[in-house]
Amino acid sequence: MDNKARQVPGNTDRSEKRFNLVLALSGAFIVALLAAILVTLFITALPSIKEFGLFFFAGKVWDATTETFGALPFLVGTLFSSFLALIISIPFSLAISIFLGEYFKEGAVSTFLRSAVEVLAGIPSVIYGLWGLFLLMPAVRLMEMKIGVAPHGVGILTSSLILAIMIIPFSASIGREVISLVPGDLKEAAYSLGATRFEVIRNIVIPYARSGIIAGILLALGRAIGETMAVTMLIGNSNFLPTSIFSPANTMASVIANEFAEATGITAASLIYVALVLFFVTMVVNIVGTYVIQKLSIESSKEVS
Amino acid sequence: MFAMFSRAVTLMAVVLALVCFSTPASSSDMELLGAGATFPQPLYSKMFDAYNQQYKVKINYQGIGSGGGINQLVRKTVDFGGTDAFMTAKELEAAGAPVLHIPTCLGAVVVTYNLPGNPKLNFTSEAIAGIFLGSIKRWNDPKIVSANPDVKLPDMPIVAVHRADGSGTTHIFSEYLTKANKEWKETIGAGKSLKWPAGQIGQKGNPGVAGYVKQTPGAVGYVELLYAIQNKMPYGNVRNKAGKFIEPSLKAVSAAANVKIPDDTNVSLTDTEAAAGYPISGFTWLIFYKEQNYGGKAKSRAEALAKLLSWMVGDGQKYVEPLQYAPLSKEAAAKANQIIRSMTYDGTPLVK
Repeated sequence: MDNKARQVPGNTDRSEKRFNLVLALSGAFIVALLAAILVTLFITALPSIKEFGLFFFAGKVWDATTETFGALPFLVGTLFSSFLALIISIPFSLAISIFLGEYFKEGAVSTFLRSAVEVLAGIPSVIYGLWGLFLLMPAVRLMEMKIGVAPHGVGILTSSLILAIMIIPFSASIGREVISLVPGDLKEAAYSLGATRFEVIRNIVIPYARSGIIAGILLALGRAIGETMAVTMLIGNSNFLPTSIFSPANTMASVIANEFAEATGITAASLIYVALVLFFVTMVVNIVGTYVIQKLSIESSKEVS
Repeated sequence: MFAMFSRAVTLMAVVLALVCFSTPASSSDMELLGAGATFPQPLYSKMFDAYNQQYKVKINYQGIGSGGGINQLVRKTVDFGGTDAFMTAKELEAAGAPVLHIPTCLGAVVVTYNLPGNPKLNFTSEAIAGIFLGSIKRWNDPKIVSANPDVKLPDMPIVAVHRADGSGTTHIFSEYLTKANKEWKETIGAGKSLKWPAGQIGQKGNPGVAGYVKQTPGAVGYVELLYAIQNKMPYGNVRNKAGKFIEPSLKAVSAAANVKIPDDTNVSLTDTEAAAGYPISGFTWLIFYKEQNYGGKAKSRAEALAKLLSWMVGDGQKYVEPLQYAPLSKEAAAKANQIIRSMTYDGTPLVK
């Protein structure tokens, strides 16, 4: 197909130009869209920014009746639940990536498992929330009764568990992709030196694929931070700083979804201020992620070569 | 490949441009737009459907929440809004021009619970406030037991659950407790979303609260009466100002409005003086501008709105009870009609 296009002289130049223009416009459109979202958020949040300034990040009280707003509980709730979910998910997603990327690259088992993981990624979050409410919540409640903490059933732990399940497909599928791309000669060289399969995975495959695996994990973190519906159903929606992994809390996305429909005036502005904070947190995670990937890919290429 | 791809992209861009810049199909002049409270939405859908069949006027009502209804009206994107709480002085000021309220029906909030055998319980305001403030921690607390001499209450921890989303339900519930309980008034107050005691569970929407209560033995929450009836949930009687334990029923809710209603219908029915009234009841209102000539609105459109509104508090009331809402009392309907008669277009009344 490529050759065919080149065979028509004259046409190539024009279509090339047109194509470049379209690409440039699409690129510029995305940047403009990002800027527009940022500007809109900033302008609509302005009354709240003026009122609370940077104390918004330190304020522990969220009270619409007295119009005092501080976002610290939501900031902490979001980061706490997302990172806990990440920690829970890493062993599973790593195991799935290695299993599908190294042990069963092809064949019926692999296809079946791979599509199962993909289906997991496609399930709407409200269904995860419902499943969590009917199955996970009673289970966590039972456990809480056994160990003697307040048996709420919902809270940071429950929502982190559901988040972990939700983000496994993302990190697992990217991990599988990069692990299956590890060059065969590298592995064969290691085998020829007498390495066991485990040693090959530990010393060759994982270091080589490390940046990709971490990229997948960071993508998953982005999703966990922004997840709304399932978390709202399972986190307990308590606008206070969480005191333990069992305590009910709230996240930024969840408080916006909960309160925005009925909010007016300064309450609405403060919710948009929370959205602005969420925007920046997601951005920081992405920037840090890109930086880490760059750094690691340089290191890992050094290590392996 | 490149050429084909670029053609496809160009085509997409053209389609996108068409979608963005073509004017939206203008809605027919006789389609009235409304938005707001979700609580009366099933009733409004039924009423508007019946009205459309009879008078050939389409009404489009979006259930986006009371706050959203007020916002949309003030931005003048809808002809009328729906709200579960009378607009505050601040909100009325922000509206720029006088806004009128008419009540359309009544709603109530009930206390639902999950106990072995689900006995019918009696609650005093003191007990409800204590449970949701966290000071009453077990079901066999004397404050609950004293109101239920015939029920054997278990020694179980109480898990209270509130509405996490801003809602008219929370507004009515907290307004009642603010009036009936001093401690509540001082620590929490009334509003659509509140500063609940630390560590108390919140769930989204009536289904969220109901789902949590059903799942958790010893849990207690509050939901709309309509929702509790439809889902066959247990709910308690509440002692009213006259000292009687009232079972929440449509009749008891309507009876809550047997009080003196001011001319602007800005009355809160919670903790009602009416002896047979259920104390956690309230009106739901439609809101609209008094002067209808704004934003290039045609007179015929304003007239259609006035006609619809008078129908809703008049003939339309026959749809209220079958859908398990509580209908307006005669006095309330009369006041609503008076308000509709005060609507103007260019200063002249719309309804004679």
